[in-house]
Amino acid sequence: MAVDRSDIAKLANLARIAISDDAADVVANRISTVLALVDQLQAVNTDGVLPMAHPLDAVQRLRADVVTEPNQRELFQSIAPAVQDGLYLVPQVID
Amino acid sequence: MHQLTIAELVKGLRNKDFSSVEVTQHYLDRIDRLDKVYNSYITPTPALALAQAAAADKRLATGNAPALCGVPIAHKDIFCTIGVRTSCASKMLDNFIAPYNATIVDNYLDSGVVMLGKTNMDEFAMGSSNETSYYGPVKNPWATDCVPGGSSGGSAAAVAAHLAPAATASDTGGSIRQPAAHCGLTGIKPTYGRVSRWGMIAFASSLDQAGILSRTAEDAAILLNDMASYDTKDSTSVERDVPDYTATLNDSLKGLRIGVPKEYFGEGLNPQTAAHVEAAIKVYESLGATVHSISLPHTNLSVPAYYVIAPAECSANLSRLDGVRYGHRCENPKDLNDLYMRSRSEGFGDEVKRRILVGAYALSAGYYDAYYSKAQKVRRLIKQDFVDAFQNVDVIIGPTSPSPAFKFGAKSKDPVSMYLEDIYTIATNLAGLPGLSIPCGLVDSKPVGLQLIGNFFAEAQLLNVAHQFQQATNFHQQTAPGIE
Repeated sequence: MAVDRSDIAKLANLARIAISDDAADVVANRISTVLALVDQLQAVNTDGVLPMAHPLDAVQRLRADVVTEPNQRELFQSIAPAVQDGLYLVPQVID
Repeated sequence: MHQLTIAELVKGLRNKDFSSVEVTQHYLDRIDRLDKVYNSYITPTPALALAQAAAADKRLATGNAPALCGVPIAHKDIFCTIGVRTSCASKMLDNFIAPYNATIVDNYLDSGVVMLGKTNMDEFAMGSSNETSYYGPVKNPWATDCVPGGSSGGSAAAVAAHLAPAATASDTGGSIRQPAAHCGLTGIKPTYGRVSRWGMIAFASSLDQAGILSRTAEDAAILLNDMASYDTKDSTSVERDVPDYTATLNDSLKGLRIGVPKEYFGEGLNPQTAAHVEAAIKVYESLGATVHSISLPHTNLSVPAYYVIAPAECSANLSRLDGVRYGHRCENPKDLNDLYMRSRSEGFGDEVKRRILVGAYALSAGYYDAYYSKAQKVRRLIKQDFVDAFQNVDVIIGPTSPSPAFKFGAKSKDPVSMYLEDIYTIATNLAGLPGLSIPCGLVDSKPVGLQLIGNFFAEAQLLNVAHQFQQATNFHQQTAPGIE
């Protein structure tokens, strides 16, 4: 399936990636090329085939519900762009 | 000293023919002198390497050190390392210093392995040519106007140019095996779950697997012994004993059943590459193996299935990079959405953005069943092809890549032509099977690879089959012109 400029605007918003008006057609073309490739899948009969999420069909491992990790907030925040009083700073969200 | 294999370094360090500091300094000098040409390292770590080497020499002096103690290697810049930048070759992580080590980094630290530095790669491991790196492309030591392959192009070029005796790497669709083929090396991608993914920056979590680029299969076996482990921090790690991969290297291949898939010899395969692969199969026959023609009927669907599943998983994995907790943040965001949009748009390169957008499309409302769910069903069909084939054969052999290394820019304008570079390697990731590439000849003075695919957890057998080929031939001993 081919995508056009308006699809790109929608996807760009979903993915939080800005695509300039100048680049929209080029991006739409390139993504349409990839989608044309993957459209080959539509011709395959997969009736009764279960989707495969893990090569060994493993299931999620469970562990006892006990604390195993120490709090390392200061270490983790030492690489953040902006923090204050142990909180990550972002532009104001609520007026 | 830089001509020695890992096996020879292990022996020499033990015999005190040289110290770890001497070997490490020798490699650091070579990196300093020669890597301007290849750009194989993003971050060499000389001070850290020498400190680790000095510590290793102390452990060696006790006479009670692990086998790999004092051996220097390079790590792909996808593995988190405390105190050293882990960029994943992206502007997004240009300033990222991980607060923890990848499990494989810790495994090697426990063994006393020295880290020479962090190697270049395609941005977030998305590429087959190492042209998408924020730090510039890596040049192939065999032909500096050609790509080294990708995404582990820096690891491959570093080993091929003798700027490291071996390097770690990762493989989501061929990112170890294809650069191994293009640079004349041995490269192994183990079974999914064999090596911990903890601290390896995620691209497509159901496909990613760490492995090794080395000069010989014996070296890969030695290194895999310490890399592989069961890790509770990786929920997809498989609880299973790690065998000694060196113990079976010398087993006879008499009676080995080799499957040759007819789909791997069709249109698109360079005829000279095909001739080298066919000659290699003859070598195996002379070693006592029997050859069987097999079919993997869904092979042509592996690239389309991959380019739904991998982008879908990458779009989810890379959503964490939002300019808030770490990584690149734009200047003066006017609101929260602007912070996300501009940080991500400035931080990611074109190929990464393209895959995120394709992934967002495949996962978006109304398309999930048609794309993602469909691709996962086809994935099961692809895996079943291999399960059926392994009823009758022990290993599957074919080419690693359709052609030898191509020139810079030759495929970067057309994403689909680049994606088809991995046509023979991708199915192995989708199925979760181990794969290995070894050099088997030269085409236009550039190396081409022979791919061996094994059954689940058959790494020891693959390494045995590769080692026996290297005992009977000398392709793995050929070095790029001009490399001493």
